[in-house]
Amino acid sequence: MTTARPTLFRRSHGDRVFRTILTVAAVVIPVLLALLIWQLWGEAAPAVRRFGLGFVTTSTWDPVAEQFGALPLIFGTLVSSLIALVIAVPLSLGVAIYLTEFAPNALRQPVAFVIGLLAAIPSVVYGLWGIFVLIPFLKSSVFPLLRDTLGFLPFFQGTIYGPSMLSAGIILAIMVMPYIMSVAREVLLAVPNSQREAALALGATRWEAVTSAVIPYARSGIIGAVILGLGRALGETMAVTMLIGNRHEIATSLFAPGYTMAAAIANEFAEAVGDIHLSSLAYVALVLFAVTVVVNAGARLLIWRVARGSGAGSSAL
Amino acid sequence: MTSAAASGARRRAFRRAKSNVMVGLMIAAVILAVLPLVLILATLVIKGASSLNLAFFTKLPVPAGEVGGGVAHAIVGTLVIVGVASLIGLPIGIAAGIYCAEYRSSRLTWVTRFVADVLNGTPSIVIGVFAWTLIVAKQKHFSALAGSAALAMLMIPMVMRTTEEMIKLVPNSLREAALALGYPRWRTTLGVVVRSTLPGIVTGSMLAVARIAGETAPLLFTALGSQYFSTKLNQPMAALPLTVFTYATGPYEEWHRFAWASALVLIIVVFVLSVAARLTIGRTRHG
Repeated sequence: MTTARPTLFRRSHGDRVFRTILTVAAVVIPVLLALLIWQLWGEAAPAVRRFGLGFVTTSTWDPVAEQFGALPLIFGTLVSSLIALVIAVPLSLGVAIYLTEFAPNALRQPVAFVIGLLAAIPSVVYGLWGIFVLIPFLKSSVFPLLRDTLGFLPFFQGTIYGPSMLSAGIILAIMVMPYIMSVAREVLLAVPNSQREAALALGATRWEAVTSAVIPYARSGIIGAVILGLGRALGETMAVTMLIGNRHEIATSLFAPGYTMAAAIANEFAEAVGDIHLSSLAYVALVLFAVTVVVNAGARLLIWRVARGSGAGSSAL
Repeated sequence: MTSAAASGARRRAFRRAKSNVMVGLMIAAVILAVLPLVLILATLVIKGASSLNLAFFTKLPVPAGEVGGGVAHAIVGTLVIVGVASLIGLPIGIAAGIYCAEYRSSRLTWVTRFVADVLNGTPSIVIGVFAWTLIVAKQKHFSALAGSAALAMLMIPMVMRTTEEMIKLVPNSLREAALALGYPRWRTTLGVVVRSTLPGIVTGSMLAVARIAGETAPLLFTALGSQYFSTKLNQPMAALPLTVFTYATGPYEEWHRFAWASALVLIIVVFVLSVAARLTIGRTRHG
């Protein structure tokens, strides 16, 4: 009890009331999480009991026959997020390194601010833009070019659809880029200047100073930033729902439509045909939740190792 | 001797050139990164601005296929849903943030902070499913209140974390001075600590409101959307993000026009809120 501690000031009645109110608010947050897990589990339980772990390894999704397997959803979620990372990571790290190490001072804040605005654009607006601007552009110029040049790879073969895994991956790349950029920037800013100065004093060029002194110091934080971006991409819903084509299939070609966990919930939950369909979607939500918790916890541990106590990453979310 | 010096010079030139090429690539990355923002905003203005007229803000949708009408119901719906979410989410988030910043040694602080980070990373669609099981499934019908609850739950951890970070910046000497003057703890916290960081807390709150105002996924099966004007929290309600989604994925030209206009309105609201918030934060940091 706190009363055992000596205090320099009189504990007033107001203090106790005040602390109680704040404590209630602070308790609400863990309680909400517990409630979330409890409710999701309760809703998913019938599907968990009926399909077990086979749910994540089978591919049939047939509401009429009441047979459900989420493998195509998990596959689609992972593949679209990976495409996003492949595109977004070099871009966002390039921007972050440029802004912390090379850019003229007058440029640093404004550019970070402008790219930060990308993070403020609602997902559904990305979806709208994706449907009417990005997809027609990709379909008419980028996809045919990819098929002609990289067509020997199985990923770039077959019929070109507009809504596809690759379209979704590209829109996701644009969406997670600002997150990775801003966290990576905070991590790089946390690298002590002595690191840079030491490398430069030894005769390194500015780029060599970055690769030999700054990046090794910030490595785990940068990986954390990338994983945080992955967490975003995995759970992103609206833009993906509008661009991925929504088909419960696993296709090798990235030009073919796919589906993600979040998109399936978004499309089917309100119109689920039966209890087991609803329960299966809740099971999907549970899997999605578990995956993002693991991914985010890992990212945060890595960021803390570089930027301990600076709150890096929290503000970006 | 001379040849060694020459090769050294060549090597240096190569290294310097490499550094310059990398800088060039990074500048290209910056341009590529800013490009989508410019393109998206330009398309929104080009395709959306022409549809913004008085009818758009004051009328209800007309049946599919007809020309005209507006999205007054969705604008009001968004205001109501986001307003109620803020009424629930902001006080809890701010109070929890104050707790975690002012009682740092408490074990609850550690748990709450960790859970807030977990919730911050939770996909909003999962929060939507949660609100559905908690409210819609129990009431057996969709309701705006369930939508507000889902949005509030997205807000609480965001607001809590920004509030906490802001309050942590207040120097301890300020607290000690107030306590030394005989202020009780609660007056120290509210009258001195919170007051001195008020701009920061307001900023965090505005950013959170801007974030949830554009959220669509948690509303899909809670507030559901509606074609009618409604302010009843217990009923399905329209919202701008839902309107954008429905109209964008629908088959009619007229709907697409409305989708662009609604998206433009949405983005103006979101940007005004977040730019204003960021400018406030910039001022407090430099001031």
